[in-house]
Amino acid sequence: MPEPTESLLQLVPKAEAAQSMKDFKSDQEVRWCPGCGDYAVLAAVQGFMPELGLAKENIVFVSGIGCSSRFPYYMNTYGMHSIHGRAPAIATGLATSRRDLSVWVVTGDGDALSIGGNHLIHALRRNVNLKILLFNNRIYGLTKGQYSPTSELGKITKSTPMGSLDAPFNPVSLALGAEASFVARTVDSDRKHLTEVLRQASQHNGTALVEIYQNCNIFNDGAFEVLKDKDQAQEAVIRLEHGRPIRFGTDNNKGVIRDPATGDLQVVTVTNDNESRILVHDAHAATPTTAFALSRLADPDTLHQTPIGVFRSIDRPVYDTLMAEQLDKAVEQRGKGDLGQLLTGNDTWTVVG
Amino acid sequence: MTSQVSSEAGEALVGEQRSAPATPHHGTEKEVRRLDRVIIRFAGDSGDGMQLTGDRFTSETASFGNDLSTLPNFPAEIRAPAGTLPGVSSFQLHFADHDILTPGDAPNVLVAMNPAALKANIADVPRGGEIIVNTDEFAKRAMAKVGYTTSPGRRVPRRLPGPPVPLTTLTLEALKDFGLSRKEAERSKNMFALGLLSWMYHRPTEATETFLRTKFAKKPQIAEANIVAFRAGWNFGETTEDFAVSYEVAPATRAFPTGTYRNISGNLALSYGLIAASRQADLPLYLGSYPITPASDILHELSKHKNFGVRTFQAEDEIAGIGAALGAAFGGSLAVTTTSGPGVALKSETIGLAVSLELPLLIVDIQRGGPSTGLPTKTEQADLLQAMYGRNGEAPVPVVAPKTPADCFDAALEAARIALTYRTPVFLLSDGYLANGSEPWRIPETESLPDLTTPFATGPNHTLADGTDVFWPYKRDPETLARPWAVPGTPGLEHRIGGIEKQDGTGNISYDPANHEFMVRTRQAKIDNITVPDLEVDDPDGATTLVLGWGSTYGPITAAVRRIRREGGHIAQTHLRHLNPFPNNLGEILGRYDKVVIPEMNLGQLATLIRARYLVDAHSHTQINGMPFKAEQLAAVLKEAIDA
Repeated sequence: MPEPTESLLQLVPKAEAAQSMKDFKSDQEVRWCPGCGDYAVLAAVQGFMPELGLAKENIVFVSGIGCSSRFPYYMNTYGMHSIHGRAPAIATGLATSRRDLSVWVVTGDGDALSIGGNHLIHALRRNVNLKILLFNNRIYGLTKGQYSPTSELGKITKSTPMGSLDAPFNPVSLALGAEASFVARTVDSDRKHLTEVLRQASQHNGTALVEIYQNCNIFNDGAFEVLKDKDQAQEAVIRLEHGRPIRFGTDNNKGVIRDPATGDLQVVTVTNDNESRILVHDAHAATPTTAFALSRLADPDTLHQTPIGVFRSIDRPVYDTLMAEQLDKAVEQRGKGDLGQLLTGNDTWTVVG
Repeated sequence: MTSQVSSEAGEALVGEQRSAPATPHHGTEKEVRRLDRVIIRFAGDSGDGMQLTGDRFTSETASFGNDLSTLPNFPAEIRAPAGTLPGVSSFQLHFADHDILTPGDAPNVLVAMNPAALKANIADVPRGGEIIVNTDEFAKRAMAKVGYTTSPGRRVPRRLPGPPVPLTTLTLEALKDFGLSRKEAERSKNMFALGLLSWMYHRPTEATETFLRTKFAKKPQIAEANIVAFRAGWNFGETTEDFAVSYEVAPATRAFPTGTYRNISGNLALSYGLIAASRQADLPLYLGSYPITPASDILHELSKHKNFGVRTFQAEDEIAGIGAALGAAFGGSLAVTTTSGPGVALKSETIGLAVSLELPLLIVDIQRGGPSTGLPTKTEQADLLQAMYGRNGEAPVPVVAPKTPADCFDAALEAARIALTYRTPVFLLSDGYLANGSEPWRIPETESLPDLTTPFATGPNHTLADGTDVFWPYKRDPETLARPWAVPGTPGLEHRIGGIEKQDGTGNISYDPANHEFMVRTRQAKIDNITVPDLEVDDPDGATTLVLGWGSTYGPITAAVRRIRREGGHIAQTHLRHLNPFPNNLGEILGRYDKVVIPEMNLGQLATLIRARYLVDAHSHTQINGMPFKAEQLAAVLKEAIDA
């Protein structure tokens, strides 16, 4: 399959003048709880948009239902706050019919992985040109504190006073399993990292899934503290950078190697003997195998050894492009449709008065 | 269908079939009789190709210039076990030298390819009707399978007024030089049957031969085998003494206004209507859909016309189908989702969102038997109240219903007009009978189609107190109450919309009680004030009883009304295309009559709406057997109402 080498961003008109963060702030009062991680993500996105330099009338944010899904109201672009779980489906219709738009989906762990799980995996499989920002706070916020499909097993919440019974989804693993062509993870409070991930996602042709660990300070405060706290973060966070050895820890003393017996990945203390075996991160690897193994490194309960960054970024055919090509090809083969001819068909008879 | 019911209907029909005196044909050869109309039913196993046979006979009949109406009837299973009653598939065709309205109540001729097909259909054949069976299939085992007991020398049950035709043997014999396996050769027996019937009714044959050559273009041997079987069937009729008479049904020249005609099914007409609407609106067509019987053919058809700029998206489920359509509508496409009742149930929440967003969207519901999975391949009109009310909150949606297969074209254009003019989702309620049935259609001049162009918003539409010009996404057109359609890509009109209640004008989130009350009433008023044409009443005699119908019952009701009038009875008739809002003059019309009868293929859903809205004591006549009304029975019901 011939791969488009140029960025699909070229189809989206550029802004005529330089933009600033202010241009992307709508006149609506932001109504998240004070201290919510969503503020940081909103600021990062508004801050990054001028760098992208697209005409803001050609940018659309589509969301579902939940705290994060209020996001479009605060962006001074086109936007739709839709219904629970359906944003990827709605955005698919928009993106596939309007390739001149930059379409972003904002969703949460409940919206994307519970009620909307089906639409998410199918968007990823089709590789529709969408940028999906999945705010994962591991809790239901807007309905006031029930466990979510990413909550750790045994989570005590309003609906699970004796602990939740279902094992959580790992959104990155799920996306990779759903054939995603771009999967990344970042953290709300790390503006620089978040912006870099947004930068790479926005340049990607096809569906980009960005999981953003986001703190809900009301119902699940500190869920990601281990990744944010300076002392603990060094041991807990594995920063993935394409082409660089996967190392982390105090003094970079830990690394990821492949177990030759099982093919699985494991964390080791780096020594002179094993240093050459430290895995070099390849986000563009043809198979998702290593990316998947990386996504399984983190402890689902403590979040120790959590990789962040771009797990996978590959080129593969984009649904909207293929759809447009079929339309062009049909015109090429049969000429532009003639309604009179179509209605008449091949089998007619005439009645004369 | 009980035998009692059908024999009643059948007798009346056969009695009506007018036959001219026998006329000589080709000198002293076989006798040719003239008939004014004929009803043929082809019945066989699901795998016997009965639908194809019926389609071909229909095409031959259409090109000959008869008026016609068809009723395909098949099981939901693709291949039910061979030779069983559940596996029987049939195709009924009514054709005439005058205009007709229904596929006919009872067949004059039944072609039964096996014992199961005979058993499932024989009760519908009236006395004097002709039955042609493939006697090869009436072996002991096949008959026992459907409960027929055989007796020596009399292998076919009961009366069998038709001559014996060993269809399989004759087909195999005709194809013996082809070197085909027995199984392959046997497959052509439906073409043998088609050839025989084509001879019996003087149908033109060239188009069928051309059709077979095209259909099997990649297998010329199979094409030739089918053509040989088809010709062998024709020749068999001409030579065998068992068939002494053939029949002519003259073209229905006087029934049709001047014009060019083609035969068309409801789903095809609907697909063409959508493409035409897209052209007339100068907007790209976008279909988001999930396969479901009996709506899938619209998805299939539209996916063939990409050179019209038609985008078809086969979604992961019904919800995504309408979701994608709504997304495309936001982007400025003429957006459509197609489904049947169970799909509508899944789409309900998104329809509510479309009501709230006030975007144009067509929801095409090809109704089938319900509830739940119900009867996927049978017809019903039981989604009317779902279309009207099946959403949370006050979420009014206009409802438009076609009345005949060809009318699906015009109904699609009308649904698009309402959606685009008023920026609202619109239900188009077709059904399985219209979808698969077909009739002649006068091909419209494309110049005569309505102009559906709808301007997008291009700039600010409101001035604030401080003099600033702004764009308000919910500032309405004072006439239509439609809000502006501002599509992404338009500079300066960036705005956010959603399912949360919006402030009048600005469209910003608002929980204000008075604003909510205002918005609910305004959305309702917008739908209530949609301009729809006044209803016309057909009442030549100043009747006191009115029959009111909607949707696909138009054919049977009109046929029943004609019967009553032919017998000297008086009845008025009117038929609703717009179910929401009702035409303005409907109340006045209802008030003119002592009695109002409403026949429906549900338990009285329109009757419920009419009673509630107009306080009219309408008499509801209902049938929910998966089949269209029979004109004879309906006439009896109407007569009873008139006489009551």
